[in-house]
Amino acid sequence: MKVPLSWLREYVNVDLPAAELAHRLTMAGVEVGEVIEMGGWKECFVGQVLTKEPHPQADRLSLCRVSTGSEEMEVVCGAPNVAAGQKICFAKVGAVLYNSHSGKQEALKPAKIRGVVSQGMICSALELGLSEDHEGIVVLPDDAPTGMSLDSYLGDTVLDLELTPNRLDCLSVLGVAHEVGALTGQPVREPDISYPEDGPAISSQVSISVADPDLCRRYTASLITGVKIGPSPRWLQERLTKAGYRPISNVVDVTNYVMLEYDQPLHSFDYDRLKDHTVIVRRAQAGETLVTLDGVERKLTPDVLVIADAHDPIGIGGVIGGANSEIGPDTVSVLLESATFNEHNNRETAQGMNLRTEATLRFEKGLRPELAPIALRRATQLIQQVAGGQIAEGIIDVFSGEAASPQTVGLSTERLKKLLGMDIDLETVERVLQSLGFHCQRSGPGQVEVTVPYWRNDINIEEDLVEEVVRIIGYDSVPTTMLSTPIPSQQTTPMTSIVGTVKDALVAAGMQEVISYPLVSGADLHRVGLFDEAEPPLRMANPMSAGQEYLRPTLRASLLATLAANEGHSEGPFRLFEVGRVFNPNGGELPEERDMAAGVLSGRRWDPSWLVDDSTLDFYDAKGPIELVMDDLGITCVFEPVDDPFFHPGRCARIFAGKEYLGIVGEVHPSILDRFDLKAQPVALLELDLPAVLQSQKGISRQFKSLSRYPAATRDMALVVPAGVPAAQVQEIVSSHRLVERVELFDVYSGENIASDSKSLTFHVFFQSHQRTLTAEEVNRALQGLLRTLEQQVGATLRA
Amino acid sequence: MTQPTSQSSAQSVQELVDAAAGELAGINDTDSLEAWRVAYLGRRGRLTLFLRGLAQLDLEERRVAGALGNQAKGRLEELLDERSKSISEAQLTRSASEDRLDVTLPGRPLVTGRLHPTTQIMREICSAFIAMGFSVVEGPEVETDHYNFEMLNIPLGHPARDMWNTLWVDQQDEAGNYPMLLRTHTSPMQARVMESTQPPVRVVVPGKCYRYEATDATHEWHFYQVEGLAVDVGITFADLKGTLFEFARRLFGNERKVRFRCDYFPFVEPGVDMSIDCFACNGEGGGCRICRDSGWIEIMGAGMVHPRVLAGVGYDPEKYTGFAFGLGPERIAMLKYGIEDIRLFYSNDLRFLSQF
Ligand SMILES: [Zn+2]
Repeated sequence: MKVPLSWLREYVNVDLPAAELAHRLTMAGVEVGEVIEMGGWKECFVGQVLTKEPHPQADRLSLCRVSTGSEEMEVVCGAPNVAAGQKICFAKVGAVLYNSHSGKQEALKPAKIRGVVSQGMICSALELGLSEDHEGIVVLPDDAPTGMSLDSYLGDTVLDLELTPNRLDCLSVLGVAHEVGALTGQPVREPDISYPEDGPAISSQVSISVADPDLCRRYTASLITGVKIGPSPRWLQERLTKAGYRPISNVVDVTNYVMLEYDQPLHSFDYDRLKDHTVIVRRAQAGETLVTLDGVERKLTPDVLVIADAHDPIGIGGVIGGANSEIGPDTVSVLLESATFNEHNNRETAQGMNLRTEATLRFEKGLRPELAPIALRRATQLIQQVAGGQIAEGIIDVFSGEAASPQTVGLSTERLKKLLGMDIDLETVERVLQSLGFHCQRSGPGQVEVTVPYWRNDINIEEDLVEEVVRIIGYDSVPTTMLSTPIPSQQTTPMTSIVGTVKDALVAAGMQEVISYPLVSGADLHRVGLFDEAEPPLRMANPMSAGQEYLRPTLRASLLATLAANEGHSEGPFRLFEVGRVFNPNGGELPEERDMAAGVLSGRRWDPSWLVDDSTLDFYDAKGPIELVMDDLGITCVFEPVDDPFFHPGRCARIFAGKEYLGIVGEVHPSILDRFDLKAQPVALLELDLPAVLQSQKGISRQFKSLSRYPAATRDMALVVPAGVPAAQVQEIVSSHRLVERVELFDVYSGENIASDSKSLTFHVFFQSHQRTLTAEEVNRALQGLLRTLEQQVGATLRA
Repeated sequence: MTQPTSQSSAQSVQELVDAAAGELAGINDTDSLEAWRVAYLGRRGRLTLFLRGLAQLDLEERRVAGALGNQAKGRLEELLDERSKSISEAQLTRSASEDRLDVTLPGRPLVTGRLHPTTQIMREICSAFIAMGFSVVEGPEVETDHYNFEMLNIPLGHPARDMWNTLWVDQQDEAGNYPMLLRTHTSPMQARVMESTQPPVRVVVPGKCYRYEATDATHEWHFYQVEGLAVDVGITFADLKGTLFEFARRLFGNERKVRFRCDYFPFVEPGVDMSIDCFACNGEGGGCRICRDSGWIEIMGAGMVHPRVLAGVGYDPEKYTGFAFGLGPERIAMLKYGIEDIRLFYSNDLRFLSQF
C-alpha cells in the first residue's frame, strides 16, 4: 500500500519529518518498508505527444514527436497506449531511470532503435519508480503544463507500507490517517460525504434483491444519471498515480480512489445495460458463464456468488465485473455498488479462479458492513463531482442482518496487568483507545466497554484491545522482569541428548557435519537402490523441482551426492557425517520419523604433508568413529560380516549390541559409486540407527573400576591362526582370562613364512592382579594355559 | 715409600689437586671427563689411594692430613661438576648449530572435525534458554494441518495462511484436502507440548521447517527455527521482555539493548518482534551493512499466547497466561559471522563448512 503524504495530509496534520513518522508507524505495527521520495527525476518533464506514426521497421513500435514546450523531439515508443495529444512524462537523454531489463537505475543514452534515432523516452510508472506498472506509459491529465519539470509536477513523499494480514484498515489512506492521529495526537478530519439528491427516487428506477444473504451480508447501491465519461481531473489522476494506480476514466477512477481512501471496493455498472434494471445477488447456476473485465470467459458454479440482472450474471461478487455491464465511453447512467461479501466465499472464489484482485485482497479479510453505505455515498458524491449528472434520491440498502450494530469488546485494567505485568490507569486506556477512534464507556470499576470503529475488523477480544493500548503507549514503557515462577520438571528428550553425543563423538573422530535437504529426487533413491516400489517414499503434492520430490527414506543418497559435489573442488580427505531424520510411510498417518546418523569417508587419509604417508581412507577409517561413538555411550557392540548389495562384497559389517541391530558399516559397492560419478575409491560408509542406539544405551551407567596397586606383567604373543578366524574371536578368548587385564592387537600379518591358509596375529597381553604382584612363574603358567585354550578353540599355534 | 708426615702430606695433596686441575682444563668431552674422574676420584683413583694411605699416620697427623684430603676431594668434585656443566652446555650449543630443526615446517597433521554452523548456533541459542530453566523438546517435521495451522488459530480459509507457503504431502482426504504437510514453523509443538503436559510449561523447540518458496540470498525453503514457550499462572509480557533481553545479552554481549515493536502472528496477542541494537555499528547506523543503516536488527517474533490457542489445548485462558517466541538460527549465524547468502548453509560445500 502506497500512501502519498500529500493525500494523507487531507485528513490529518503531519508535522513530523517523514522518516520519524515512518518510524513511529513501524513501531506501532504498521511497517513502513520504504519512504519513497518521489522526484529527483532530473531531465524529466511534462511533455505532449504531437504526432504518432508507425515505426517503419517494427509493428509494435511507434514514432512520436514530443514537445517539451521549448523544443520538439523524435522518440521511439513501444507502449500500446501512447496516442497523439497525450500529456506524458518525457525523459531527455541524461535522465536516470529504472531499467527493467538490467534491474538497475541507469542514465538514459541516445539510442538508435531499429534504424531510428530516439532522442529520449516516454516513461512508464516502473521506469519512474512510481509503481510496478510497465504495461504502458503514464498518461498525465490534459491540464498538465507542458515543459514543467516532473519534480515540480509529481514530486511527493510516499510511504510504502508492508502490512501484516490483520491490518486491513491500513489498506486505506483514512485508516492510516487514524493511526497517524493516534500516534501524533492530531485530530482526524473525515471527508464530508453529503451531496444533493435531486433525481427521482432510486427505488422507482432499479430493483435489487439478495437471494443468498449468507454470502452477501449487505448490498448498497446508488444511481447517477446523465454522466459524461472522460478523463479524471488532474488532482484525482495525480493521487492515483502516486499511489501506484493507472488512471482510466473518471467513474472507474473514483471507485479506485474511494477504495484507497476508505478500504471499501466498489463496482460501477452501466445502468442501461442491465436487463429490466434489475440486480439479483445470487449463487451462479450450473452452466452459466461470464466474460469478465479481463476478457476471460469464466465457467461458473453454484459456489460462486454472482451479481446478475434479470437474465444473466453481470459480475462476480467482490471479485471482478462482467464485460456485459462495463462502463464505456458512451455510458450515461451509472449504478454504483458497495457491498459486504462473505470473506470465506470470496477467498475461495478468488483462489478457484486464480484471480487475486485489489477487491478480493480486502473482501477476503472481512470488511465491516457499516462501511458499505459510507463509501457508497463518498463515491456517489465524487462521481457527480468529476463526471457530472444527477444523483437519484436515496440509496438501496439490502441488509440482511439486524441493524448495523458495531462490535463491542470489554476491557479491564485487571486483564491489562495480568497480561502486561504493569498497571495502566483507566484514563490512559480511554485516551489511547479514543485517539484510535474507539468509543469507550465505563462499565464498572476498572472496566470499560469499547465500541470498535467500522474501519477496524481486527479487534474482537479483550487481548486485541490490550495490544492496541500497549502498541500506542510503546513497549518501552512495559517493565522488564525475569520469570519468577518455579522451573517446571520437564526433561530434555533422550533422543535430543543422544543426537548431541553422537555428533560430538563423530566430530572428535575428525568428521565434518553436513546438513542436507530431506527432500530428494527419485533418481537418487534409485541410484542407491533404496526406492521401495512396493511402499514408495512419501511424495510432495507440489514439489518445487524433481530434485526435491520425495521425503528421504535414507541419508545415503544425499551423502554420496554431497561427496560427489565436493570432489569437484577438493581431493579430500573427506570425512562427512549427517545426523538427521528419515521418513517411513505409515499408511494415511504421519510417517515414522527416525533419527539416523550416517557418514562417508573417502580420498586420501591425510592432508598432504611431509610427515605422513599418502594412504587412502578405507573400511577401518569408518569403523573407528563407530567404536568411538559406542565407547562414549558405554555400549559394547560387535561387528558381524554380512553381504549387502549396497556394499562391496566382503567389506561390510552389521553392528549389534546383543540382539539389537545398531547399524552397518562398509565400503560402498563400486557400481553405486559409478552412478554418482564418484572418482575416489573406496568410499566407506557408516550408518547408525539412533532409536536402536538409544534402546541399547538404556540402563547403562558408567561405574568406576578400582585401579590395581600391583604392577602388570607384559607378554607378547605371536599366534598363527587359520585365515577365516575373526580376530575379535581370538581377542575375546584372551581377554576373558581371569588374570588378563588388557589385550592389544598390534600386528596382523600374512605372507612370507606363514602358510597361505593362515594369518598371524600378535598381541600385547597385560597380566595383572588386584590382590598381589604376580610372579614370573604365575604369568608363564597363565600364558601356557591361554595357548592351550586358543589351540583347542580356534586352532591357534605360537608363531615360530 | 717414605712415611708421610702431615707436612709432606699437605704438600703432596696440593700437588695432586694442581695436577688434577691442570689435566681437567684440557678436557672437552664427557668420555675424557669420566676417565679423569676415575683417575682421581674412582675407587682406585689417586686421591682415594692417598686418603687410604693416611691410616698409617699417627692420630694427630691423620686428623690434619684427613682434613686436607677431604678438602681436596670436595675441591675436585666441585671442579668436576663445573667442567661437566660447561661440557654439556658446549655440546648443546654444538648440536643446536649442527642438528637445528626447521621450526617453520608444518606440524604433524591432526584429523579435525567440525559441527555444522547451524548446529553450533542452535546449541548456543538453546543453552541460553536452558540456563533460564527451559528444557529442549523436538517434534515431527511432517505435520498435520491441524497442528501446523488450526491449533494455532489459523483455520482453513484464514487470510493469514498466506504468510506460510506450504509444501503438502501427496495424500488427500475424502474432501480433497491435503491433511499432511512439511511444518512451516516449529510452532505446532506449542499445541503438542501443552496437550501432553499440564502447566507449568517452559520449553524450547529447535528443528527444521519448510516453505514452498523460491530461494535467494536471504530465503531458503529449508531452514531451522527455535521456538520457545512458557505458560503458567502469572506470566506476563514483562517476563517475555526480560527473558528475551537476557537471551540477547548472552548471544550478542552484555551491552546489547533490545527493542520491541508491534507485529502480527495469529497465535499470539499482543504480538511483537524484537530487535537488538546493531553489534556491528553499536546502533549508530550510518553506512552499516549489517543493520542497513537503521542501527537495529530484527531477530525474532514473539508475543503472549493467544487465548484461543490456550483454550484449544484445554488450558483455562482466564487462569493461565504465557509467552511464545520463535527465531531463525541461520539469520543469527549470518549476522554473527557476516555470511551474506543463506544458500551456503545447506549446499554442503566444505570450503564454507570448514570455516566454522
Ligand atoms: Zn549496524
